[in-house]
Amino acid sequence: MKKVYKLKKGLDFNLEGAALASDCANGKSVPTLPLPQVVAVRPTDFTGVQPKLVVKEGATVLVGDALFVDKATETIQFVSPVSGVVSRVVRGERRKLLRIEVQADKSQQYKQFATKSPAECAAADAVKLLVESGLFAFVRQRPYDVIASPSDSPKAIFVSAFNKMPLASDFNVACAGQEEDFKEGIRLLARIAKVHLGISPEQVNSPLLPVSEACVDIFEGPNPSGNVGVQINQVDPINKGEIVWTVGPEAVVFIGRFLRLGHVDFTRTIAVAGSELKKPTYLKTLIGAPLKDVLGDNLKRTEHVRIINGNPFVGEKADLEDFLGAFSTEVCAIPEGDDVDEPFGWIAPRLNDFSTSYSYFSRLLGKNRSYNLDCRIKGGERHIIMSGEYDRVFPMDIYAGYLVKAILTEDIDRQEALGIYEVAPEDFAVAEFVDSSKLELQRIVREGLDRLRKENS
Amino acid sequence: MIKKFFDKIRPHFEEKGKFSALHSVFEGMETFMLVPNTTSKSGVSIHDAIDSKRIMSFVVIALLPALLFGMYNIGYQNALAAGQLENTSFWAMFIYGFLLVLPKIVVSYAVGLGIEFTVAQLKKEEIQEGFLVTGILIPMIVPVNCPLWMLALAVAFSVILCKEIFGGTGMNIFNPALCARAFLFFSYPTSMSGDNVWLAKEQVLSLGYNLPDATTMATPLGEAAANHPISASLNDMVLGFIPGSIGETSVIAIAIGALILLYTRIASWKTILGVFVGGAVTALLFNFAELENNVASHMSCWEHFATGGFCFGAVFMATDPVTGSRTEEGKFIYGFFIGLLAILIRVLNPGYPEGMMLAILFMNMFAPLIDYCFVQRNINKRLARMKKK
Repeated sequence: MKKVYKLKKGLDFNLEGAALASDCANGKSVPTLPLPQVVAVRPTDFTGVQPKLVVKEGATVLVGDALFVDKATETIQFVSPVSGVVSRVVRGERRKLLRIEVQADKSQQYKQFATKSPAECAAADAVKLLVESGLFAFVRQRPYDVIASPSDSPKAIFVSAFNKMPLASDFNVACAGQEEDFKEGIRLLARIAKVHLGISPEQVNSPLLPVSEACVDIFEGPNPSGNVGVQINQVDPINKGEIVWTVGPEAVVFIGRFLRLGHVDFTRTIAVAGSELKKPTYLKTLIGAPLKDVLGDNLKRTEHVRIINGNPFVGEKADLEDFLGAFSTEVCAIPEGDDVDEPFGWIAPRLNDFSTSYSYFSRLLGKNRSYNLDCRIKGGERHIIMSGEYDRVFPMDIYAGYLVKAILTEDIDRQEALGIYEVAPEDFAVAEFVDSSKLELQRIVREGLDRLRKENS
Repeated sequence: MIKKFFDKIRPHFEEKGKFSALHSVFEGMETFMLVPNTTSKSGVSIHDAIDSKRIMSFVVIALLPALLFGMYNIGYQNALAAGQLENTSFWAMFIYGFLLVLPKIVVSYAVGLGIEFTVAQLKKEEIQEGFLVTGILIPMIVPVNCPLWMLALAVAFSVILCKEIFGGTGMNIFNPALCARAFLFFSYPTSMSGDNVWLAKEQVLSLGYNLPDATTMATPLGEAAANHPISASLNDMVLGFIPGSIGETSVIAIAIGALILLYTRIASWKTILGVFVGGAVTALLFNFAELENNVASHMSCWEHFATGGFCFGAVFMATDPVTGSRTEEGKFIYGFFIGLLAILIRVLNPGYPEGMMLAILFMNMFAPLIDYCFVQRNINKRLARMKKK
């Protein structure tokens, strides 16, 4: 019997322009984007990594050849999703490595590996396979929510097979036809440590199951119940000194595919969603594909549009010149809102605007309405005035407001006491959305984690 | 159109413009008229439409019934004392009260916002909305005869020493409105309590009636403290036709405000419930104690609720999220002790007929301690979990 965790706290609401699973069902397969001319790998996606370039401009690489490694471990490599020529290394301020662009060959050449079936792997073999293939770059760890270190032995590995963020890609669609790869990936991870797989109640009868190697838990409740951090907190909270690895379900598919093919293949089904798209859809493409290709002529307009690498809650602001992030499972386009003039908004009824506050009456017009929200902050930044706002949408046994204050005051002992090792910035996304004081909670938490990591190292 | 206007005058308020010293004011006015179209840079791209401006505005809206009734009641009490109740129209009484209250509101806002604007400009921050509420609360919790200069002094005291000194709205320890009242209460006791302050005695613009100086009117709590039986009927006390601070008398008007605050979830029902439960329990205990020569101890809990500032304090003061308990678990306890202390002071302290203000200020001080216990419980749980491993 699987254990069901019922979470009450959180927030669900609909945004216009969600990519519908039904569009891809009915036997219609997800369209595949043609191989892009240029693909880019962005070191900034891999949080906590100090990149050290191992290729020069003009070098030829295969799919699976390392482009850069982590300076600290030198073993974790970050590999090219395409074969071709390294065409450009883009650096930003203080020579910070922003991205490595690879010009793709017409026919793709793969670096082949000798793989083993998970049953034959000891823990060390499994880790070695992941490290050598470059797939270890997709393994993150708590505390700090950074890329994990292969030399650690985690107490458990958590995978969440669903995501309830608005406009987020539905993993059942993204994984359709690849369920065996997913299970194989789980099997390999299970050789390293105990794997906890979190699913939503709707996934109980999906072809993702059964996976006997993982401990499957069902999480029922609003966003962020799909956040792996929330699930860890419910199942087996992290204590100081412990390490837990987390792997995104789409990366688990990469692992299974790698075991089957003997080479890496970073094709991912992503959702392209948002109210600024002519037709929200799912499509298959490579990670690092240019967003220009992904969005194509699907955009309704190009001015006053916010393009997001990810979803509107945890995504990163991007533009058409950007590339699909290594962890992005969707690309969204919503109105930017910088051209909107709204007089006296603070007292207007605003029936088309979503709010959790009952001082707005839009909620009376129906729970299943879809909203078209723009990116305006709609208020000035203030001290934390209201109490309990975060706690209403924070389904972890942690006092979110107190933790945020401890981070702001840089009080490390208190951060530890209040449970900072259990959280990641994404866990604060819903709280950041509802915050009437408009604090940038995810940024605050990220900076807090970085500071703490530096302090503890 | 509004946008064009602001765009046109903006250059004057920028760094080197003619009026750069008024930059904060300009910004405040602009965000007041137009929703700023600044968009998010990091983190969530979309935001909930709620902001502190809206929250504060709703508190002000929730205060309006009590304020409007308070204006009417000033005229009513004046006509009642003059024996002219039958001959005075509703509007005459209301406008009379309005004319007496309006200057207080203007002074309160002018002084308070003036200080807030200055501080915002000095700190190069946005103007904080907190004073919108404080500024209307203060005139509502003083007697009608409170002189304007005293009010101005109290507002300045509370904004500077009880709020800005701690870092502004969200950082203060004590409720600023109650600080202003406490300042007046202890600095000018004769203007804040007694039987002589609750009744407006002079005509304004030939409205109302001039009353002889000797006319006095005691509040029900004043009577109880002096060990006289309460003369007002419970009906009048609930409706609010009794003397008292401007906004505190009508339970009905405050209940309307309470409904607005509870529906919008701006006020915590836990705190409000806590205050009433605490008050009821304490009043009942005193009822059983049968103290001699103590009228207040024989008052039933509903008489306690209907008199003085009990309801007003429970709904509008105790629920201040900044100075109250911030943990959900702590809110009931925080409220309970406010109710308990308020009745305790009313009954056992002959010097102060009303205990609500002191009870809330006292519990403001203890709210962090209550929260500490609950947060510490969470911390200990985490420590215990670690040790078990």
